[in-house]
Amino acid sequence: MTRKAAAAGKAAAPGAVSEAPGPTAAPALRAHSPEVSAARARRWGSLYFAEHVLRVMKSYSWTIVMYGVGQPVAYLFAMGVGLATLVDTGRGAIFGGVSYLTFIAPALLISAAVMSAASEFTFPIMDGFKWRRVYYGPHASPLTPQQIALGQVIAVTVRFLLQSAIYFGVVALFGAAPSPWGWVSILVATLAGLSFGLPLMAYAASITQDKGQFAMVMRFLVMPLFLFSGTFFPLDTLPLTVRWIGWISPIWHGTELGRVFSYGYQEAPLLTVAHVVFLLALAVLGWLLTKRQFIKRMAG
Amino acid sequence: MSSPAETGPPQYVITAENLTKRYGDVAAVDGISFSVPAGEAFGLLGPNGAGKSTTMKMIGAVSQRTSGSLSIMGLDPDLNGPEVRAHLGVVPQQDNLDEELKVRDNLLVYGRYFGLPMSYLRPKADELLEFAQLTDKAKSKVDALSGGMKRRLTIARSLINEPRILLLDEPTTGLDPQARHILWDRLFRLKEQGVTLILTTHYMDEAEQLCDRLIVVDKGRIMAEGSPANLIREYSTREVLELRFGSERNASIGAELEGIGERVETLPDRVLIYAHDGEAALEEVSGRGLRPVTSLVRRSSLEDVFLRLTGRSLVD
Repeated sequence: MTRKAAAAGKAAAPGAVSEAPGPTAAPALRAHSPEVSAARARRWGSLYFAEHVLRVMKSYSWTIVMYGVGQPVAYLFAMGVGLATLVDTGRGAIFGGVSYLTFIAPALLISAAVMSAASEFTFPIMDGFKWRRVYYGPHASPLTPQQIALGQVIAVTVRFLLQSAIYFGVVALFGAAPSPWGWVSILVATLAGLSFGLPLMAYAASITQDKGQFAMVMRFLVMPLFLFSGTFFPLDTLPLTVRWIGWISPIWHGTELGRVFSYGYQEAPLLTVAHVVFLLALAVLGWLLTKRQFIKRMAG
Repeated sequence: MSSPAETGPPQYVITAENLTKRYGDVAAVDGISFSVPAGEAFGLLGPNGAGKSTTMKMIGAVSQRTSGSLSIMGLDPDLNGPEVRAHLGVVPQQDNLDEELKVRDNLLVYGRYFGLPMSYLRPKADELLEFAQLTDKAKSKVDALSGGMKRRLTIARSLINEPRILLLDEPTTGLDPQARHILWDRLFRLKEQGVTLILTTHYMDEAEQLCDRLIVVDKGRIMAEGSPANLIREYSTREVLELRFGSERNASIGAELEGIGERVETLPDRVLIYAHDGEAALEEVSGRGLRPVTSLVRRSSLEDVFLRLTGRSLVD
């Protein structure tokens, strides 16, 4: 109100900077000064860009809901209910004494986050730099390249949290998260998504020519990680020749953590710490590389 | 005349001295100097690759200079990037609207980058859509807009923060003549409101229409500087006689035209005779028994200035 009152009598023409009071045709609108813009952008810039990305996500929110609800329902039925009728007959010991459904639910939750990371941190990044050059709009505004990168990450993090919360809700409805700490696996899934996604984002930001790299990432990185990360069976049932895939896989580290929280899976406490450290370290490394790549690409 | 700086020495909003940008061994901008007072429409005219866009990027505080000095509103863009960019409106050469958002939403999200509150942005977006003649497209997807409409939306977007300086990089390239005229009209209005316009173009008619003053750049250097009228007066004659003798004969006939007018320029497709009186020159051509296929007398333009300065035409 006070701002409007102060602006009364000023010309409302677009781009007008004249300080002289002019005849008032329409109610006057005044933007705050460039100094205020710059100060706000320096402080909140990444959130401003996150807001933009979230608005765009709203246009495909249906996909996000399907990921959050449709996928767990389908998987939990097929694997947890269908496959479980075969698996749960007598060999429960290798699944730590819980039902097969309870065993795979955290793994599916984590995998879903990692798979959305594989889409959110690839094509939209390429779109920002190359196809529709969306990043170059904010680049001309007070935002900095690292704020644009961080804004993208924040928006995707919000998506992971939302999607994982819905996913977890469905899992809970299936009765597959008996521990009161089960909800922590929402955070674990988000962390696993970032841990896999941020290094991928750095890679996506470095690509200048699309030669189908992202399809290769899906086929030769995401799929093997999904299959050999102790998702459907404990990692130690695998021979050592492929077990290492799990050790370097954010899906495995995330899944083991998720199991600890959702049904009190017993493992050495040091191993639990190692999972967190691994996921954090990969996310931080990915972020540093991403930041460097964004600055390199945009500050010519 | 609508410049805010009506008394005292001119207030320069942009000052460049020996501004240089190198990419490896190549100097894209090779030591250029200029100053732009508030409220002026200042043009950079030159062919593709002259260094216009690189200069614009340095002014826009998105590209660091290699050497020289540059000041925008008294600030160094290399040190105060966000502050400099907060003063500017930018219309880039390639549209980078978010096609997944609706027309009006593109303005809103852009305004948010400046930390502007929604209570300001909502009415401002409507006002700018009106200005850009896009009110009935407010809820359309950006994909559905024509090239000219996208361009106008980009200009509307650049005005969301009420910038004092507007940078326009090739604003009408790729637009049909009607769309260009609508756009020029909008830019004129901004100029009347005292917004400083910095634009690059390789269209001489655009430069003549919009610019108070311009620099002609080629290969990263300034070839000439002045108002369009002054440049034409200084580097060309009042009129030009264009003759076409058919593509094979243009070159050979050039010699036979020597002495007519002040200067004869032979191009692959036509011969230009620079003369104060074009009609008189044409009579002299006929007097020598030469019969061109077509002839045209026109006033000199910036194209002629450029040709004179560089020996090449602007659009090749």
